[in-house]
Amino acid sequence: MTTLTDPPKASFRLSMLIYDTRYRSLTIQAVAMIGFMLFAAWLINNTMTNLETLGKTPQFGFLLEPAGYDINQRLLDYNSQDTHMRASLLGLLNTLLVAVMGCITATIIGVLVGVLRLSKNWIVAKIMTVYVEMFRNVPVLLWIVLAMAILIESLPAPRAFRGENPEATMNLFDTVAVTNRGIYVPEPLFSNSLGNIHLLGQSSLRFDVSVDLMAFLIVLGLSIFGITKVNARAKHIQETTGERPKTIWVNLGLFFVPTGILMALLGFHLGYPELKGFNFKGGTHMRNSLIALWLALSLYTAAFIAEIVRGGILAVSHGQTEAAEALGMRSGRTMRLVILPQALRVIIPPMISNYLNLTKNSSLAIAVGYMDITGTLGGITMNQTGRELETVLMLMLCYLVISLSISMVMNWYNNRVKLVER
Amino acid sequence: MSDVSFVRTEMLPQQEPPGSSVGVVGWARANLFDGVTNSVLTIVSLILVYFVLEGLLTWTLQSVWNASSLTECREIMTATWGKTHGHACWAVINDRWLQLLYGFYPPYPAEAGVNFGENTGAWPAYFRPNLSFVLLLIAVAPVLFDKVPRKLLIVTAVYPFLMPWLMWGGSIWSPLMAAAGFGIGFLAYRLLTPVIGGLGGIIAAIALPVIWWLFLTGIVAAGLESVVSISIPEVESRKFGGFMLSILIGVVAIGCSLPIGIVLALGRQSDLMIVKTLCVGFIEFIRGVPLITLLFVASVLLNVFLPPGTQFDIILRVLIMVTLFASAYMAEVVRGGLAALPKGQYEGADSLGLNYWQAQRLIIMPQALKISIPGIVSTFIGVFKDTTLVSIIGLLDPLGLSNAIRADAAWNGIYWELFAFIAFLFFVFCFGMSRYSMYLERKLHKGH
Repeated sequence: MTTLTDPPKASFRLSMLIYDTRYRSLTIQAVAMIGFMLFAAWLINNTMTNLETLGKTPQFGFLLEPAGYDINQRLLDYNSQDTHMRASLLGLLNTLLVAVMGCITATIIGVLVGVLRLSKNWIVAKIMTVYVEMFRNVPVLLWIVLAMAILIESLPAPRAFRGENPEATMNLFDTVAVTNRGIYVPEPLFSNSLGNIHLLGQSSLRFDVSVDLMAFLIVLGLSIFGITKVNARAKHIQETTGERPKTIWVNLGLFFVPTGILMALLGFHLGYPELKGFNFKGGTHMRNSLIALWLALSLYTAAFIAEIVRGGILAVSHGQTEAAEALGMRSGRTMRLVILPQALRVIIPPMISNYLNLTKNSSLAIAVGYMDITGTLGGITMNQTGRELETVLMLMLCYLVISLSISMVMNWYNNRVKLVER
Repeated sequence: MSDVSFVRTEMLPQQEPPGSSVGVVGWARANLFDGVTNSVLTIVSLILVYFVLEGLLTWTLQSVWNASSLTECREIMTATWGKTHGHACWAVINDRWLQLLYGFYPPYPAEAGVNFGENTGAWPAYFRPNLSFVLLLIAVAPVLFDKVPRKLLIVTAVYPFLMPWLMWGGSIWSPLMAAAGFGIGFLAYRLLTPVIGGLGGIIAAIALPVIWWLFLTGIVAAGLESVVSISIPEVESRKFGGFMLSILIGVVAIGCSLPIGIVLALGRQSDLMIVKTLCVGFIEFIRGVPLITLLFVASVLLNVFLPPGTQFDIILRVLIMVTLFASAYMAEVVRGGLAALPKGQYEGADSLGLNYWQAQRLIIMPQALKISIPGIVSTFIGVFKDTTLVSIIGLLDPLGLSNAIRADAAWNGIYWELFAFIAFLFFVFCFGMSRYSMYLERKLHKGH
């Protein structure tokens, strides 16, 4: 017969903090925390002492002083009397502009190259391999300065467009001028414009909202809403009767007619660039720096995206293709309906990190003089005011916010398309 | 009887496949001209390839190698081919290749300001960086390939101390004393563990070397130097440049980031809440900002964070920041490997009674690192490419030097040749690394 006795009551001893696994983790964490706090305190203390010696106690008042420099490529109105804060804001918008443009083109090129690299056509596949290896193995900064050099050195100067028998002509039926000072494209103009709404008065964050654009977007939104309704009805009819009514013409009409009427009402026309004096006037001027950065970042990131897409497609088992063929699907539909939706789940997470990389790489704009946030806040503002700590901290904060928001949005999308398992 | 008038009684001999489906023709039909779309694509691609190759080969091969300035280059081109574009002027590389490779590093192991006259290019010019590079190859060989004799690992162990001495020069005692710190740690662990117990031994093995490095190394090294002076001339950091600088930053960042990255990844995977939060915070912060902002920190802020009066040179500051940057990315790669490992492996280690570090060393890490090899190598490649960013904060890496060369009146306006040369060298290194990663993946593939 056995009797159960309680194990001897363990009283807490100090050595248990080290030798007992239940408490050891607490000890380690406490030591780590103390160590970290001591380290942080040491850093902050050093910083404070050093800054006081230099007479630069941290303060952000410099943001409201006039910047005194010009930003040539800008999305909002700005002059050199505006504050550093507005200059930074314009820089931030420029960063976002090139990041968005770059992500879009990089995705298009990358998907195309990735699919073509799997092509059965030997020579096409090889060309795409050469493209990918060439761009992946050479630093992006080199591509950016190279693109800039190509634009400046090999394109015609505006004066080449002049005279009876010009050396250079404008492209696309005389609407686009490609010069070594940048590309001039037609700009949308409204002769019966509804004007702008000024927001936030004269502050550093002021901006204008174009009523024309808002009206256009609202009408477009309504059209798209109508199209979804029509499609939903078509689907309903298909499910009840088995026959899908033809919706293509209704959809096209819904899409183009209201927006067309609105455009006509607003007096929409294009403002073409024209050579006046030594330079082109009119149209929208995209500076070389923007184009070089955009081109180089898109082509560079596209090489990585191509590899991701290729990996994603290869990750879908061949049985899926065969099953789709057995069902009688054509190769285009197989790709669109069977392969891509499954490949997307593999593709999206690394794609997110490539978008983030592109956004962070856009900080290399400083090498070609594109005034993004690194060029304004981290460049001229830092050099003019001598406020290194504040500007670098704000710069990092901006990039952190951008990075975290991109990854949040993309993770949300990823969760939506993710395969739901049990 | 049936109406079958003919029944074959013997098998037909096997026939050769039709001529159009074998050999070159068959291959071309299957791979290049399979259908209309494919044929059109092939023809368009061929035309494209022809034009690109035609332009590129003419440019590369019909070129000028000997000239002292761009103007002279253009004169030679006009005299030979009648036009100045479409032909490369490699004379700039011929003229400046030493600078592109070594920056302003003195060719001889000598004091600054000594002129060597016509000997300047002769052996043993650039002896020190060249020896460092050769030793680097010897040091990494046993790590990379398992057929290399294991004894070479001694070079690997010595290299981290030898390389800074060779590159920066100065007294040999400083690196020796730095290495002695590790010896002190080892001895402390061996001798003190029996006396004050395992934990005390570990603490002593960490604390004593730190004290040694922080307070005693300098004094002891200076003392030994005054007794037995063995030193080579010092080279200032601002003279470092060219590919030497890129490789230096790349190698140091790569070498240091792997261990730091592994520690960070383990911290991020651990159950200890505070440790985990600290690691996550560090990793996400570094990954969320561009390298260029960290380089700004290195160039203008790092001295502000350190005790007043600390001044240390810009290359060291850049090395620290690039290493931190690489570590965060490395940590994420290693974490991916740790997460991909089936839970059974962790449980298996537990059931064998291994403690945390034993389990990591014997079971988890070998497998996790193997899974993450492609990621690790692509991080390496990324870091090596990112070393070009130091040109933005004014260091003379190849890109920075290309600007400096263009600033010279003789070579003002030369772009393509310099870019092609730099791109070619980076390509060779990065492509080599990616091929090595593929080789390693194949070799380590122990599955079916």
